[in-house]
Amino acid sequence: MESLRHHQSKGVGEWILENSVTLIFIAFTLFGFMVSTGVSVGFFLSELSCRVFRNTFLVLSLIIPVLAGLGLNFGIVIGAMSGQVAITLARYLEMGGIPGLLFSFAVAGLIAAFCGYLTGILYNKTRGQEMIASLIVGYFANGIYQFLFLFAVGVIIPVAANHPLIKPDGVGIRMTVDLIPYKQGGMKDALDSIYQIKFVHALLIIAVALIVAALVRYYLNKKRGHGYRNSLPALLVNIGLCLALAGVSIHAMVSNSPLNMVRKVPVVTALIIIGLCVFTVLIMKTKLGQDFRSVGQSQHTAEVSGINVDRTRIIATMISTVLASWGQIIYLQNMGTLNTYNAHTQIGMFSVAALLVGGASTSKASVKHAVFGTILFNAMFIMSPEIGQSLFGQAILGEYFRTFMVYGVIGLALGLHVWNSNKKSRIALE
Amino acid sequence: MSELNGNDAKLGNKSKGLLGSIGLPTLIIAVFWVLTLVAGHFVGISMSILFSDTLKRAGMNGILVLAMVPAIQSGTGPNFALPIGIVCGLFGTVCSIEFGLTGIVWLLGSIAIALPIAVAAGYGYGRLMNSVKGSEMTIATYTGFSVVALMCLAWLMIPFKSPKMGWFIGQGLRETIQLDAVEAAQILNNFLMFKIGGVVVPTGLLLTFLFFSLLVWLFFRSKRGIAISAGGANPKFAQAAGLDIDGNRVYANVLSTVLGAIGIIIYSQSYGYAQLYSAPLMMAFPAVAAVLIGGATASRAKVSHVIVGVVLFQGLLTTALPVANELFAGTDLSEIMRMIVQNGIILYALTQVKRGVQ
Repeated sequence: MESLRHHQSKGVGEWILENSVTLIFIAFTLFGFMVSTGVSVGFFLSELSCRVFRNTFLVLSLIIPVLAGLGLNFGIVIGAMSGQVAITLARYLEMGGIPGLLFSFAVAGLIAAFCGYLTGILYNKTRGQEMIASLIVGYFANGIYQFLFLFAVGVIIPVAANHPLIKPDGVGIRMTVDLIPYKQGGMKDALDSIYQIKFVHALLIIAVALIVAALVRYYLNKKRGHGYRNSLPALLVNIGLCLALAGVSIHAMVSNSPLNMVRKVPVVTALIIIGLCVFTVLIMKTKLGQDFRSVGQSQHTAEVSGINVDRTRIIATMISTVLASWGQIIYLQNMGTLNTYNAHTQIGMFSVAALLVGGASTSKASVKHAVFGTILFNAMFIMSPEIGQSLFGQAILGEYFRTFMVYGVIGLALGLHVWNSNKKSRIALE
Repeated sequence: MSELNGNDAKLGNKSKGLLGSIGLPTLIIAVFWVLTLVAGHFVGISMSILFSDTLKRAGMNGILVLAMVPAIQSGTGPNFALPIGIVCGLFGTVCSIEFGLTGIVWLLGSIAIALPIAVAAGYGYGRLMNSVKGSEMTIATYTGFSVVALMCLAWLMIPFKSPKMGWFIGQGLRETIQLDAVEAAQILNNFLMFKIGGVVVPTGLLLTFLFFSLLVWLFFRSKRGIAISAGGANPKFAQAAGLDIDGNRVYANVLSTVLGAIGIIIYSQSYGYAQLYSAPLMMAFPAVAAVLIGGATASRAKVSHVIVGVVLFQGLLTTALPVANELFAGTDLSEIMRMIVQNGIILYALTQVKRGVQ
């Protein structure tokens, strides 16, 4: 909201240009609702809430590198791979349930911290080209990952050949690994199924929480003398929207609305995601966070003012990689099966696209961008096969279009950002 | 040009010294290739087949790698948006099949149709690269990806009727189109092909590659070519000398895109299939890796780098496949090695890009 007001002063045209990616996505999703007939509200919201809880953690892991000036860290796929190594290890050791999950988190964190350290060193050596380096290092790491899982397991590392995880010939991990449902002692839904509530209840809680948060913030700003940050109209609009949301959920609860059919919401996963949001906001207020910000703004100034720039950048990369590894575990326990050689390959691309759709750029990103972007991006993802189906009679067309949107969004958002900053620096020079 | 050459030589003496004019990546890959060859010899793999395949694959990929030279020389960096040129070439290919052309006429027709499209696309791409100076490589990669994804839609919706390309049911083109059907598979490879000691030499293919290499080599000795190199090597100096750097960058990227388009046509005829849809998506990376293996950097490249690089890289890949299969049956070790070598070399080149702290 603040950014919205901030940009309005620069004129509508510029605002539209800066938010073009977001606007395109909103328009596309709305268009999808208009043309498609086969999508019920219940199905759409079930899919959406499932996907949002699965992916938000991964998208959030991208924020800190952006603030530290590293750009969009496509290298989170390395984190994702670390998560998969950990979860495979837990599965091999026949660990399941919460202990298995905690074990996976711990192992993944260690591997990811090490990999993140190495990646951070690489980014320091490829200064100015971090984004392409992060993309390529993801492909590079994928080679090492495949070497580990297809070759080293069985040839170098002795394993039990009759284990259900290992390919029949005793070398390598199978293409798909079943994580076994939680009730049978496995890790599928281990986190999600701890405590679940109905979607409409969750909606009501979120609406009330947002109202409370908005009021508390308004009050605190006023009390601390930051009254200029407040805007009564914006507050009223926000509260109005939240009240409408609460109204909808209460109405759904008492009537027989399709919202009652929406899949249940995993509370613990939601709390973990909220926890990461709070962590990301809070860490930026610490000394380390201030270092991230100053390194992000100007490495030279940061160096002069006594910040160890290289070390700060490595820490940012490590945090991002570790968070991504945990995000991938959350993702996998929700999916229930591990596509050993495919699950991680698209993660970087999709997460970056989601963050950009939310309105972030290579130099600014916030929790709001990540959450909003994940919701919008996944809404598009659900709608596009439907659009292909209803407009052209071919769902595959919608899927190709979806791929195009993912790549196009990243290209467009990066291009616009560089173009804008080049234009600004030219104006400054002249 | 003499000044530039002088500069290059001085730089070369300073930084390379020990290894002479051969760069470290070139040396490592060459040693690695020789080791695989020796291993192959001991496990009893026919050397003549390996060398035949190496020649064939080097010729196949050569022009795609050559497309890197103008882009690198102009200062936009390796052309990670090579798929743009590739889809132009593929479009020419399917058009000329649709028009019912066969044999050598098909080949020339494909190139003729692809050329104007590639020029237009390359112009647009070059303009884009000028407006995003400083982040060319990342944006080029995603531009290439987006164009490939967009063309997936086009391949599916294009109203072509030729039964040689369509699915048996439904609309759109097939994922792989057999060029046997238009009597064009290996048409260049078989031209003047001869065997020497069991090694098959695809003369026509190699001649085509060398012909285009010669063209590019000559181009960089023309006035325009020297201007492009100068703009890439030292933009401020070139600007002071009154050169139109932005114009030259566009020109170089047009050239690179055109070479990409011709390259994929030559590639397809040697492969025997035209691959549509997502096949071109990752094709830029092996080409970038090959020119870097040959000794190029992200800012300087020569035709000789292309020839050395493509022979070494494709040689290593061709040799590693049967050797790895022989040594460790059932594993896909050579594909894993390709990923590590290819991306490792690009990363190495990226660490060598000299840029000041922002």
